[in-house]
Amino acid sequence: MSQKPFLRVENIRKRFGPIVASDGVSLEIEQGEIHSLLGENGAGKSVLMSMICGMVRPDEGEIVFKGQSVRFNSPREAIRQRIGMVHQHFMLVPNLTVAENYILGQGSPLRVINDMDEVHAKIRELSDRYALDVRPDAIIEDLSVGEQQRVEILKVLFHGIDLLILDEPTAVLTPQETDRLLSLMGDLAKDGKTVVFISHKLDEVMRVSNRIGVMRDGRVVHTVNVGETNARELARMMVGRDVRMELPRSPEPPGHIVLSVDKLTCRAETGLPAVRGVSLYVRAGEIVGIAGVSGNGQTELSLALSGLLPVDSGRVILNGKDITGLDPARINASSFSHIPEDRHKHGIVASMSLSENTILQRYDQKPFASRGMLNRGVIGEHTRDLIKRFRIKSRDEDQPIGALSGGNQQKLVVARELARNPDFILVNQLARGIDIGAMEFVMEEMLKQRDNGRAILLISTELEELFAICDRILVMFHGEILGELPPDRTRLDELGLLMAGQTNQPALAS
Amino acid sequence: MEQVNQGVRENVYPQAAQAFGRTLRQAVINAATPAAAVLVALACGAALLWLNGFDGSDVVTVMIFGSFQDMRSVGEILLKATPLILIGAGLCVAFRCSIWNIGAEGQLYAGAIAATLVGTNFDGLSVWVHAPLVMLAGALAGAAWAGIAGYLKVRFQASEIVTTIMLNYIALILTSYLVTGPMRDASAAYPQSARLIREAWTPRIVSDMRLHIGIIVAVVLAVALYIFLQRSSRGFSLRVVGLNPYAARYAGMQVARNVMIAMCISGAMAGLAGAFEVAGVTHRLYQNISPGYGFEGIAVALLAGNNPLAAIVSGGLFATLRSGSEVLQITSQVPQVLVLIIQGIVILSVVAFTRLRDIRRIVA
Repeated sequence: MSQKPFLRVENIRKRFGPIVASDGVSLEIEQGEIHSLLGENGAGKSVLMSMICGMVRPDEGEIVFKGQSVRFNSPREAIRQRIGMVHQHFMLVPNLTVAENYILGQGSPLRVINDMDEVHAKIRELSDRYALDVRPDAIIEDLSVGEQQRVEILKVLFHGIDLLILDEPTAVLTPQETDRLLSLMGDLAKDGKTVVFISHKLDEVMRVSNRIGVMRDGRVVHTVNVGETNARELARMMVGRDVRMELPRSPEPPGHIVLSVDKLTCRAETGLPAVRGVSLYVRAGEIVGIAGVSGNGQTELSLALSGLLPVDSGRVILNGKDITGLDPARINASSFSHIPEDRHKHGIVASMSLSENTILQRYDQKPFASRGMLNRGVIGEHTRDLIKRFRIKSRDEDQPIGALSGGNQQKLVVARELARNPDFILVNQLARGIDIGAMEFVMEEMLKQRDNGRAILLISTELEELFAICDRILVMFHGEILGELPPDRTRLDELGLLMAGQTNQPALAS
Repeated sequence: MEQVNQGVRENVYPQAAQAFGRTLRQAVINAATPAAAVLVALACGAALLWLNGFDGSDVVTVMIFGSFQDMRSVGEILLKATPLILIGAGLCVAFRCSIWNIGAEGQLYAGAIAATLVGTNFDGLSVWVHAPLVMLAGALAGAAWAGIAGYLKVRFQASEIVTTIMLNYIALILTSYLVTGPMRDASAAYPQSARLIREAWTPRIVSDMRLHIGIIVAVVLAVALYIFLQRSSRGFSLRVVGLNPYAARYAGMQVARNVMIAMCISGAMAGLAGAFEVAGVTHRLYQNISPGYGFEGIAVALLAGNNPLAAIVSGGLFATLRSGSEVLQITSQVPQVLVLIIQGIVILSVVAFTRLRDIRRIVA
């Protein structure tokens, strides 16, 4: 377009020890455009953006912003130049309010006390303007993942920016929230702000971007205008091969009931009712999906099923055995596997090795332990086997799992849970924050498990995920199951209405 | 960041040699941080001494090497190292479980009291029975004293930092009460308990030196705790609880039980240290039987990076500094508080260096 681009990145290199994260990457971004960066995990998107927003300093190369060469030593300097980033992992202090988080590190050291009324008013105004639904006095730890994401986005807007970088913002959002975010990005672009949108969701990128940069191995390998490409081509550019999006359906009719839940109720940690009389069943050889906007009791349902949250009333029967309210150890031992929603919180111990994460539940069981001592040989062999079978990219089994990409971490969690040979598998967000290659792999793995007669309950906010592998889809709203649908794309409207709480009577809107 | 390390060497060396090289490199890296911290602290100490008109480098040299004059002085260092290694190694276990036991001093006193009770009674037992019984009593009392704070934590979520500090005061004052009251040796001029029965004394290694077999017990237990933490199922669950209690619950581990175990192990080690002080060194209970070993043990664990094996080395280092300061006080006018200042700088620089390393790791 113009001679001088808004942001130009020239031949940047960044190494972390022996690992090259950015390999001479160059990029140009125009003012007021929505520029998407597409790429698998580990392609170097986040690192590149971290360098632009001052989190990480490049080893070589130049960043030119508004015609000036810049070199930020901290995110604060970047914010002063009106560059802001919303990170994949939230950068919020959990026990402070929204407003308190926003003013952290702001202002001069001499003027300690901010005018909180003013801050609150500004937050409310921004929240209303962009329909973000953020209350300034809410405590962060009381908010759902989706809400915290909106708080993060509003934080950057609060500080006033011209360039907004969003690192996988939709990974944790519901379809509705995603729609809202995508239109927000449009609004911001209309206001003259520039948005960099990091994602690996092809449809979203296609919907919202002006231009798309595809990253692979620490470089931008293609930059295309959105009108001149399609999802299939982008997917190929991203992974360097064709991706199969449609997965085969079950050939066999489902068998006996493995898990049945009868009028289950429980409260969230806040004490408010979260699950209000949920009844469902899952048969051997089927995948039952639970669709729903996040925050409708799915988190609590999965925690209650796995024994991490007390059950108020109702029954959970697994293989004819009552497991209601048992402790997690007993439930784990009842042929029950759980792929948790929040991988970092429940699923892994980041600083421990892959081997240690592999035996999280079976650390005191044969063959991994005998007479109270760990059998390191057996554990290592088992982990190496899983790494190979699940194609987990890692140095070796002794590497800390936190050093792996999200997709590879999730692969290990899936591998661990499947290796326990369960009859029932509870999955909450199978493919959250992982790249297409890994997503396809874990989905195929789930289908294999189903074909082997396992019963799977898949809770997800990703309709793609549900449509791809479920045999039935239940819709959860406000702690209740509102209805059941087949995974039929032509009935998407119906599903959307149910997810919004609309049953047959349209007047029942909440 | 998450790519496979594809160095050229990978093809040259077999896998095992490579893994060993990595382990060795990691060990050097792990040791580099505390070593650098100690060097910085000693340099700061030397500068401080120089500012006070002493020959800094000379004093620091005396402080480190001055106490290595003969076997006897080495024995005295090891005597001081015994409680530091015991307490430091025990605290490593607690800290790895994210239990901030600040109460080793109180647990030491609880152990000393119990050891005195057992050691002054039960006349007629053989040394093979009585001496170990005293150690056992000390360890159990220390574990129980720590267990109070552990119970308050798992039952009422009371911060163990606060309760263990409070229990320190209680144990100290209880000791004062006992040696001035019910347990006082009426014939003595100073408040002290009766002398322990001979058979209850911790056996010495060489008959004309004060050094007793406690140092061997300390080293063996430190190695045992290292193996426990790294190789046992229970040690594994303690570490998981310490690193991520949510994942521990998810995995079916009983967080409360692990907290109690970690607390009691660290308490038992401190209690045992107290038993050795009474049964191995003083043979009587006094009011101020510990010159702050319980607090110095925290620094020992910190410098050791919460690794019980490394606590043997860092416990030895702190004991050396302590002995060196006594030599200094005799041979020159350097006040002992300067040594305390240097110890403080060691702790500060360990914390600072560790933080720096962690920050670098996070950014990478």
